[in-house]
Amino acid sequence: MSDKKSVSQKLLSFLGRNSVPIMFMLICAVCIPLSGFSAGYLVNEIVTRMGRNTFLILCLLFPIMAGMGLNFGMTLGAMAGEIALILVADQQIWGIPGIVLAMIVSIPISVLLGWMCGSLLNMARGREMITSYIINYFVGMGLYQLVVLYMMGPVIPIKHASIKLPRGYGIRNTLSLLNMRQYLDDFLAVRVGGIKVPVLTFLIIGLFCLFIVWFRRTKLGQDMRAVGQDMEVSRDAGIKVERTRIISIIMSTVFAGFGMIIYLQNMGNIATYTSHSQIGMFCIAALLVGGASVERASIGNAFLGVTLFHLMFIVAPKAGAAITGDSMIGEYFRVFASYGVITLALVMYELKKRSMKSHAGQELALAQKEEGADK
Amino acid sequence: MQNIQKDFFGNQVLTDINFTLGAGEVLGLCGENGAGKSTLMKILFGMDVIRETGGYGGNVLLNGQKVAFATPFDALAAGIGMVHQEFSLIPGFTAKENILLNREPKKHNVISEVFGERLNTLNYKEMDARSAQAIEKMGVQIDADMTISDMPVGHKQFTEIARELSKDQLKLLILDEPTAVLTEKEAEALLQSIRGMSARGIAVIFITHRLHEILSVCSKVIVMRDGCVVRDVPAGKTSVQDITKWMVGRSVQTGAAHAETAVQEKNAKTILSIRNLWVDMPGETVRNVSLDICEGEILGIGGLAGQGKLGIPNGVMGLYEAGGTVEFEGKEIPLNSPRKCLDASLAFVSEDRRGVGLLLDESLEWNVAFPAMQIKEKFLKKYLGGIVKWRDEKAIHAVTTKYIDELMIKCTSSKQKAKELSGGNQQKVCLAKAFALEPKFLFVSEPTRGIDVGAKALVLDALKKFNRESGVTVVMISSELEELRQTCDRIAIVSGGKIAGILPASESSEEFGMLMVSQVK
Repeated sequence: MSDKKSVSQKLLSFLGRNSVPIMFMLICAVCIPLSGFSAGYLVNEIVTRMGRNTFLILCLLFPIMAGMGLNFGMTLGAMAGEIALILVADQQIWGIPGIVLAMIVSIPISVLLGWMCGSLLNMARGREMITSYIINYFVGMGLYQLVVLYMMGPVIPIKHASIKLPRGYGIRNTLSLLNMRQYLDDFLAVRVGGIKVPVLTFLIIGLFCLFIVWFRRTKLGQDMRAVGQDMEVSRDAGIKVERTRIISIIMSTVFAGFGMIIYLQNMGNIATYTSHSQIGMFCIAALLVGGASVERASIGNAFLGVTLFHLMFIVAPKAGAAITGDSMIGEYFRVFASYGVITLALVMYELKKRSMKSHAGQELALAQKEEGADK
Repeated sequence: MQNIQKDFFGNQVLTDINFTLGAGEVLGLCGENGAGKSTLMKILFGMDVIRETGGYGGNVLLNGQKVAFATPFDALAAGIGMVHQEFSLIPGFTAKENILLNREPKKHNVISEVFGERLNTLNYKEMDARSAQAIEKMGVQIDADMTISDMPVGHKQFTEIARELSKDQLKLLILDEPTAVLTEKEAEALLQSIRGMSARGIAVIFITHRLHEILSVCSKVIVMRDGCVVRDVPAGKTSVQDITKWMVGRSVQTGAAHAETAVQEKNAKTILSIRNLWVDMPGETVRNVSLDICEGEILGIGGLAGQGKLGIPNGVMGLYEAGGTVEFEGKEIPLNSPRKCLDASLAFVSEDRRGVGLLLDESLEWNVAFPAMQIKEKFLKKYLGGIVKWRDEKAIHAVTTKYIDELMIKCTSSKQKAKELSGGNQQKVCLAKAFALEPKFLFVSEPTRGIDVGAKALVLDALKKFNRESGVTVVMISSELEELRQTCDRIAIVSGGKIAGILPASESSEEFGMLMVSQVK
């Protein structure tokens, strides 16, 4: 009897822990038949989107490791990647050399932005997430536009008229990367049953995963985990807490820059003023859909999240149209879902923290009861 | 240590402390709260707080050399290890990782050559070996691969000790009340391991309130009181009774100045009754407390720090998670909701006066009148049948000035901001605030903490006057026994989260001392 109970309890706690991914699995399971897409089409889409997004999502793991929560500031890295691509495109360096060069150019920009962001977050301890969100908002809306819309041309030389606005300075709304489009994906690509597998991109992602696994075993990785769990204890043990936290944000920003370049080479064009704005939100939502929480996230969460979130992205508009006859409903639904899942994750995190607190009290009461029974 | 002196802003807390400790000796250090034990250890360990408050006088000699540690890291390098009362462990790490925190053995690799040392990978085999060695040195078996958050409290304590022992240069280990959280059996294992350490030539300073432990393990006992060493004897030549007497006993002249004890009517009715109360207040856990408080009395709650005396009022007033039943005037009061308590005419003066007690950036008038306005709707002028309520500035001013005069609060005017006052005067404002509520029942927690002698007497007199004149029942929590004995009718002593006993204030201080160090099962 007690065995049975413990099994059902285990099942319940498993369901409780993984409620978000299970919910999205159910949504997908309902929507897939309704949307009427073929399996081949869906797999193809998922593989493409996996190659496009996974790298970006993985870069969120570093700040979570260091206890700084979900880094909305990864958008800064995305901006650095975009600026690097614009500069490289202006030099007319295309193909894989262009992509590699853009990655190299993005590093100093990302490091600078990441250092700024990390220093600010050190001043706002305990409120990192909202602070990084606001940083992303101001830097994205203000600084980035100032640089790209006004300084590119007069201050930062831009040679090619094709990427400049007709007025002579600033960058066009959309920038074509036709000569770079899917170069990374097509190199070494294999077709399996009509599905294109971007082997090189997956290889890069795989290497990044290996790097993360290896990184956890380094001194710096160990320090980050220690700092993430208890800053005071780490400081007493002689770990440089502030420095470690800044490094984790810089790493996240640099890799977000790389991720954005991978993302944009797949898309084939840059929406200069909007590409980055949703990226942070969607990546965070995807990671959370994969079952991550504010304080714990794994590589597995990233892959599961990318699959589920984008599967929902693909099928929801069609399914919505099939149910209501209005394709906008599905469109709304996916925006709603990405905001909703972030809210849900944050609320659940807070609830868990509270229940832990009352749990300690319950244990005390229980111990007292048992004591009373003994007497 | 020679002639150690320390004052905090002119407040002398340590005078002329001398002691020596040989390699492999175990020194037992005991004394009441505030006797200066912790301050002494902080000086030895080079804690920041000492330097920030103006350093110390006297010399610390280590192996015949004068040393002065600027930071705890210097002290660690010199071979002094300290296990604090609070755990400093990373909850999600295993014991092994905690033992070697920030001192992990590392392996070099290509990437670390380029990007610096922090990218060296950890050498897990070496970590296993070194943590196992430290655990073996300690002589108590703990699982090196167990996560800290899954461990029982005792094992956490042992992990901390193992961490200190894993440092090769360790010569002196300070243990600050290590047995407070341990069960009998674990404590015995710890004592055994202390004996082992001393056999290896490591000197140990052992601070504890469990006196029999000192006698069983230490070679030497130092008793401190009011910042002085009162006794320095070999452990073999003393007993628990002697130590207790030295710890608690005041010098004759102050002990004799005993306040008159009001004649307590034996059949006074019970106003507040607490049954099976538990409170989850970090560091002040309360377990299974039952207590009856009679109408019109002043009840003192005393006991050593961390035993749970602060947990009782905080739990009843709903500031910390609590359970059990509390009845006030025969009606049950729901726990965990401060408003309900206040509505039932209970009031609380918190020990945390800057955090909970005062609105630091507001004027004294506001501070005094705010809770009364909020809870009792006093000092309000009502218009339009109570829909619009305006503050009655005149009444607020009048009541504030009245309390400023009565309690002799030193301030420039009743409009001065609370944060500009000194500690003692802030405490008086807190009292005024509670008095303005006109409660039937008042909890006062540590009313004299950190204030000077003159202010202390005034605060205590004000409390007594408030009790006698307005018939308000007062429960006063304080770590200073003498103060309780001067003010209260009965005193309950809390030990290990439970009531160890209730005695009339006229009982001898040895009796109270025995209760304080007793273990309630």
